[in-house]
Amino acid sequence: MSYRYKQPKPSEITPESIYKRRRELLKAAGFGATLLPLSPSLMADSEEGPQGSAIKASKSPLSSDLEPNSWNDITTYNNFYEFGTGKGDPARNAHTLQAKPWTVTVSGEVDEPGQISLEDVMSTFPMEERIYRLRCVEAWSMVVPWVGFPLAELIKRFKPNSRAKYVAFKTLYDPQQMPGQRRAVLPWPYVEGLRLDEAMHPLTILATGIYGRELPNQNGAPLRLVVPWKYGFKSIKSIVSIELTEEQPPTSWNLAIPSEYGFYANVNPEVDHPRWSQASERVIGSGFSLFGNRRETDPFNGYAEQVASMYKGMDLSRHF
Amino acid sequence: MPWSKPFVFLLCLTPFGLLVWGAVNNDLGADPTNEITHQTGTWALRFLLASLAMTPLRKLLGSAWPIRFRRMLGLFAFFYATMHLATYVFVDLGLYWPQVLEDVVKRPFITVGFAAWLILLALAVTSTRGMQRRLGRQWARLHKLVYLAIGLVILHFLWLVKADLREPLIYAAVALVLLAFRVKPLKMLRH
Ligand code: HEM
Repeated sequence: MSYRYKQPKPSEITPESIYKRRRELLKAAGFGATLLPLSPSLMADSEEGPQGSAIKASKSPLSSDLEPNSWNDITTYNNFYEFGTGKGDPARNAHTLQAKPWTVTVSGEVDEPGQISLEDVMSTFPMEERIYRLRCVEAWSMVVPWVGFPLAELIKRFKPNSRAKYVAFKTLYDPQQMPGQRRAVLPWPYVEGLRLDEAMHPLTILATGIYGRELPNQNGAPLRLVVPWKYGFKSIKSIVSIELTEEQPPTSWNLAIPSEYGFYANVNPEVDHPRWSQASERVIGSGFSLFGNRRETDPFNGYAEQVASMYKGMDLSRHF
Repeated sequence: MPWSKPFVFLLCLTPFGLLVWGAVNNDLGADPTNEITHQTGTWALRFLLASLAMTPLRKLLGSAWPIRFRRMLGLFAFFYATMHLATYVFVDLGLYWPQVLEDVVKRPFITVGFAAWLILLALAVTSTRGMQRRLGRQWARLHKLVYLAIGLVILHFLWLVKADLREPLIYAAVALVLLAFRVKPLKMLRH
């Protein structure tokens, strides 16, 4: 593997356990706590820490100060039906995905259609850390420290024309690499879409990593969308195509079950899924405790102030 | 086989033991709550099917021993179903437990699950010899409700999956085979 951008020194990569204790450590910073070796108790469990090549990322004002879930939670609890429908399937099966080399085609209503390789992505766009809560439509949530860059930056480079109203995304289709695609659980390839204003919103990112490392396959390597105010299924993984369109593009879960999954899929505690409540969510990683695993779901997953205005005048119980 | 009953009893408790062990050692994956809900639900269904399998098994083997385990298997189905319900209410919903009332009314998959649990409760309470004697002919009629329960549980399962119906369909097929043995023409074939 070669990278055109500067590799961080090992001291710049924060071990996950320290990451998780940053707040305490900040308090203790006067004692040089960050230089302490990991205590045996922190390493006692079999959980593996962050793995993969490091990516240098700067802090972003659009990040949150939420406590991230462990690397282990984030990389073993995935919905990625291309590798099986169980939450543990992607971590077991995604090794067949060839995330390198990778190119993304950008087409449609743009003045300069073309392709961009992952290396170019990595060298062109300054990477930022964005700690976001991910709220799944299945009413659970976890906090992920993404590394990525605003989708808007990439779209601008291909010069959208005045007809561009929507952005359509497509996941790789290759049943050899993605064995889950051999069964028609969903219409393949997985497709997703955003309105152009949603796509250009500064909170919307293309992620290339988590925990300062490149994305593991099961998390949507090498490039995935993250739209923090929408249910997780909008954040399409392993993207090979981005197309600017005039019409609202089809989206996979909406195609599969239109009565349950809409185009917008904004996190909304007021509008229940037909089969379960969206008022609260199970917090992954809070372990197993009586009465302590749940939190109230925030409108727009906590980003109402930044994004609600985009949906002014829309009936959100109809445009779910 | 004097030891067979305690042996089967311990065997039936094994999934529960493994769950407790996993919970204590924090070894149930990233979402232990959901894992326990799934495991207890699945085992409740399996024990229900196992208890339903005893009558056909007796016919097939021409021996009465399977019937000795029918009640125990049925009670274990109730035990796991109760753990399943308790996990949902006290661990998953937790402080939001009043939501279960709303769920039972508003969410069809929970409604049918709850109906199935009520049936299992009624069958468990009346499963003793004494109750059997007291209820007489009514007892057999009451316990026919187990067929309704298995149907409701399978509906519960089919209804809750998002897209992949394979697993509940496998259980549905097993249930259909077991129910087919109860249909008159097939019964005659066996005699
Ligand atoms: C009021 C009663 C019940 C409630 C509230 C309830 C609730 C639930 C919930 C929340 C799930 C998991 C849904 C998810 O995937 O997130 C589930 C799954 C399941 N339940 Fe129930 N349930 C009830 C009764 C029963 C009974 C009586 C049985 C069996 C005898 C049963 C068998 C199952 C099975 C087999 C599953 C699927 C497990 C899997 O996904 O592998 N449930 N139930």
